[in-house]
Amino acid sequence: MTRQIAVDLNGLVVEAEVEPRLLLSDFIRHRAGLHGTHVGCEQGVCGACTVQLDGAPVRSCLLLAVQADGHTLRTVESLAPGDGLHPIQAAFQETHALQCGFCTPGFLMSIEAFLRHRPDPSEDEIREALAGNLCRCTGYRAIIEAVGLAAERLRGA
Amino acid sequence: MKPAAFAYDDPRELGHVLDLLAREGEDVKVLAGGQSLVPLLNFRLARPDRLVDLNRVEELAYLRRDGDVLRIGALARHADLERSEEVAAGWPLLAAAVRFVGHVQIRARGTVCGSVAHADPAAELPVALAALDARFHVRSARGSRTLGAEELFLGFLTTTLEPDELLVEIEVPAPPAGSGSAFVEHARTHGDFALGGAAAVVAGREARLALLAAGPVPLRAREAEEVVATRGSFPEAADAAVAALELTGPDADWRRALLRELALRALERAAA
Repeated sequence: MTRQIAVDLNGLVVEAEVEPRLLLSDFIRHRAGLHGTHVGCEQGVCGACTVQLDGAPVRSCLLLAVQADGHTLRTVESLAPGDGLHPIQAAFQETHALQCGFCTPGFLMSIEAFLRHRPDPSEDEIREALAGNLCRCTGYRAIIEAVGLAAERLRGA
Repeated sequence: MKPAAFAYDDPRELGHVLDLLAREGEDVKVLAGGQSLVPLLNFRLARPDRLVDLNRVEELAYLRRDGDVLRIGALARHADLERSEEVAAGWPLLAAAVRFVGHVQIRARGTVCGSVAHADPAAELPVALAALDARFHVRSARGSRTLGAEELFLGFLTTTLEPDELLVEIEVPAPPAGSGSAFVEHARTHGDFALGGAAAVVAGREARLALLAAGPVPLRAREAEEVVATRGSFPEAADAAVAALELTGPDADWRRALLRELALRALERAAA
């Protein structure tokens, strides 16, 4: 009943034997031991568990770990080089775009994919891009500001 | 909030998928994008014995223009529809409707055929496809058949697909020459389930109108189309569209008013 899978997780191949019913979010946290990906609602609504599968932002609570076999997965741990911060993380810090931080990893993975495709977004585009991630602390204003600031810096980089 | 155990297959070929679906004595579910099915698994509202995952069947992963028609394979994702220049140019109603489906993370995985097979009357694409006279190609180990929207959608979350059948392709004819189209909906917040919606394709007095969240199935408003053809009046057509609806409950009145307004807007914008 179990399956052997191999996933390119943040550049390292993680091999594991998993039950088909194991959610990708639980694989990341409990089998690969990467706790940056948070699990909120487990029904695809809150966006806290957003990761990138082959570069696209997806809900890891709505995927099975077996489906990631042979694919490339990126989690929030892949963003920052060493001890530094990724420009999006730095912008979040500077604009106070997080308070409790629970939703932040999901936002970061959604935003990183968004800015790759839309390096110079309008505010409306930013708002639409953020619509799939819920934050209950900040009221979003600072997050929108952070995306704009990060976009500006990434364009200049 | 974790799925119950199930057997899992991820075949590489369509023939193998159909053989697995034909197995007797098992509750088998097809897994495509999983954006509706996996929440149901997580809640254990669905407890299938076996999942047949389509995601490695490459022959089903296509979205292409073929002469005058658009062909949407079982693994074509919402994001494919959203990004397709051919869809934007030839089927703007689909391009407009898909932007209302969930959020970018949902559209990255969710499939068009999966949304149709799930048959939620509040889903956008089944309504848009109904307005475009789409044809639904179904396969099983026993053979194949092709259905129209009114033959496919049976009731709330229910289609006429047999347990061994797979919706393999949606074929969308080109909209009538010179037609315009519009998709409108009302939701509390963007990406939330819509409380009502309408899709219209209009060319002169030839109109097609379908309604979202107006009953148990994606609803083609034939009476309204008849009114446009005979009287040429969009307000009267909008009246006709909601007159026949069987809406019940304390919110029936405002839902009727909402759907009437959305039907009118869709017709007017499609004609503009």
